[in-house]
Amino acid sequence: MDIKKLTVSSSPHFHSKNSVRRAMLWVLAALTPAALFAVYYYGAYVLVLLLAGIVTAVACEALILMLRKKPVSGALDGSAAVTGLLLALNVPAGAPWWLVVIGSFLAIGIGKQVFGGIGHNPFNPALAARAILVVSWPARMTDWVGPGLVSAATPLAQYRAGNVVPSYLDLFFGFRPGSLGEMSVFLLLVGGLTLIFLKIIDWKIPVSFVGTVALLTWVLPREGQTAFFAGDPLFHVLSGGLILGAFFMATDWTTSPITKRGRIVMGVGAGIITAIIRLYGGLPEGVTFAILIMNACTPLIDRFTLGKSFGSARGAS
Amino acid sequence: MAKSFVGGVHPPCRKDRTHALPIERLPVPKTVVIPLSQHTGKVNAPLVAVGDRVLLGQKIGDIDAPIACPVHASVSGRVTAVEMRYHTNGREVLSIVIENDFTDELHPTVQPKNLNDMSAADVLRWLREAGIVGMGGGGFPTHAKLAPPPGGTLDTVLLNGAECEPYLTADHRVMVEWADDVILGLRCLMKAAGVKQGYIGVEVNKTDALTALRQAIAPALDIQIVPLAVKYPQGAEQQLIAACLNRTVPKGKRPVHIGVVVNNVHTAQAIAHSLRTGFPSIERVITVDGACVERPGNFLVRVGTSFADILAVCGLASEPCKLLSGGPMMGMAMHTSAVPVSKCTSGILALSRAESPAGEPMTCVRCAACIDVCPMFIYPTLIAQYGERGRLEEAEKYGALVCHECGACTYACPSHIPLMQWIRRAKSDIYARRERG
Repeated sequence: MDIKKLTVSSSPHFHSKNSVRRAMLWVLAALTPAALFAVYYYGAYVLVLLLAGIVTAVACEALILMLRKKPVSGALDGSAAVTGLLLALNVPAGAPWWLVVIGSFLAIGIGKQVFGGIGHNPFNPALAARAILVVSWPARMTDWVGPGLVSAATPLAQYRAGNVVPSYLDLFFGFRPGSLGEMSVFLLLVGGLTLIFLKIIDWKIPVSFVGTVALLTWVLPREGQTAFFAGDPLFHVLSGGLILGAFFMATDWTTSPITKRGRIVMGVGAGIITAIIRLYGGLPEGVTFAILIMNACTPLIDRFTLGKSFGSARGAS
Repeated sequence: MAKSFVGGVHPPCRKDRTHALPIERLPVPKTVVIPLSQHTGKVNAPLVAVGDRVLLGQKIGDIDAPIACPVHASVSGRVTAVEMRYHTNGREVLSIVIENDFTDELHPTVQPKNLNDMSAADVLRWLREAGIVGMGGGGFPTHAKLAPPPGGTLDTVLLNGAECEPYLTADHRVMVEWADDVILGLRCLMKAAGVKQGYIGVEVNKTDALTALRQAIAPALDIQIVPLAVKYPQGAEQQLIAACLNRTVPKGKRPVHIGVVVNNVHTAQAIAHSLRTGFPSIERVITVDGACVERPGNFLVRVGTSFADILAVCGLASEPCKLLSGGPMMGMAMHTSAVPVSKCTSGILALSRAESPAGEPMTCVRCAACIDVCPMFIYPTLIAQYGERGRLEEAEKYGALVCHECGACTYACPSHIPLMQWIRRAKSDIYARRERG
């Protein structure tokens, strides 16, 4: 057989099955059990919120890509869907659907596309949008409800007020009020560990983040108390958005450090900020701002945590 | 427990089609094209002219330079041209074209040697005369590799039997079928280097090769077989040394600086064959495979046989998308099948589109997969981005010149960015700027 046309290219001539879309679909899959638990716990209305988040995000991404004269197919790479789902998972069950639509639009528009789209945003888009929502609609963003959408306080708020909090088991399996995606620690861990196993996320950020929060909430006395080493680290790890944030948001590829040591710094830093806000701040929960602040530090962290190449002598670069 | 290194990737092995097929001798072609450069270093000058009759094993190209190695006629016959021909390195190289007379008349220099009669210096001289170069792909002249660094000594010879490239099984078959020669070649290298300890690193997916080598050395204690994990790039020099010897080659240095010489197992076999028979390096085993190849296998071919002649024997079931010299991770894509097999051609792969898909590059999403898999602990995505923008100081700072081009970064990148290509460009830009001063 004659060979007429050969492709000439630089090696390697092989590629792994890795792709952005594959990773994003896995993240969506890993979040699904926790999201479905919210539907089960609160009712079918939650499904409306989740879909509103995803559909708005993908539609906004497509629209803005079109305006930027970029390939619209980029909206289907899964990253916009992940952002939309995460945003929806970060609102309380009592939130109106339009709040999610606005949040999703802000996440994609202000959080991501304004900076140049995928790979260029300095802040986790879903968290940036959540921060805007918390500031703009503080009452609606804290409209915590229990099953049947009756008003209820979150465990962290109860804890701060000195009231009785749910048992560790209820917290672990998610039978407590909270943002849609943060409730079932068990299901979040199943998803998060799957992503670690698939090497889509690095264990260093969640482990150092959660570990730091546990350590500090155990060691430090909360506001108004003086005893050291008397905290309740297990309660702090199981409540609020810590597990959701540590496994699914602080690990966001684009906004977390690319160096191995940098990821530890990111986790420890976010843990310190979370613990300080929870123990001494004006808000019951601090995961959102902790991650956003560490996102802002990411370029600096990368710069100061560069590793040495193979065979480098100590002290050399 | 199999030894390994930090980083790396696990591409599919794709060795099932050929690893059990015995080495087969291919028919000798009508014409051979012998490139005057089949090694790293200075290009040889031709020693014959058009019209000359040359004999099998006759030296036909040589040059007096510290890093160079002569080439020999792989057939007997008449020289029909001394001209520029395409080489597997993608460039045109001055080559000697010989019309085979099919008599295989031996040149009088083809005389068996006895290792015991030779001093270390004799062995070094003879290795050069026999045209022995690294057959793993690098093509560094073996005698030059064995020269100790100024003020230093050598202590270890390490044979590379990792063969971590997908598809390739030529080294595997050499170890299984010619284990005695591999060991004899290693002893010859150890004598030339004046060292007492030899190692052979072999990936554990080649159990029959491990068994054959162990049988061939028993009961000697001067050679150790090291089973290695199946991981790419296990056969890269620095990674092999780290895994087998737990030693690190300092940045910017070569293995000789820590007293280690690494040679391919096929090189060792070629040395032993040359000792026993007197033939210089004029043939080698190559793997021919890929979905487009009808009859894959491992073939003993004369140096200078064109890819087209080999593919004509093996048959093409369909038109290949890519024709590679070497493996899919580090091999070169050929633009024509009119290129000759050289001493460092380890395989010919005719890959279909499905085997070598071209992904559409996207923006870097900072996932750091390239950094996590890099066996040299450098920053591929940063080198690529800075290199692309001409910011060469940064590209160098993030490790451009440390890269040995294994391609693991590009393999792992979920955004399909041709990182390896950008890094190569950054490296050549940095070197070019240094030359300009």
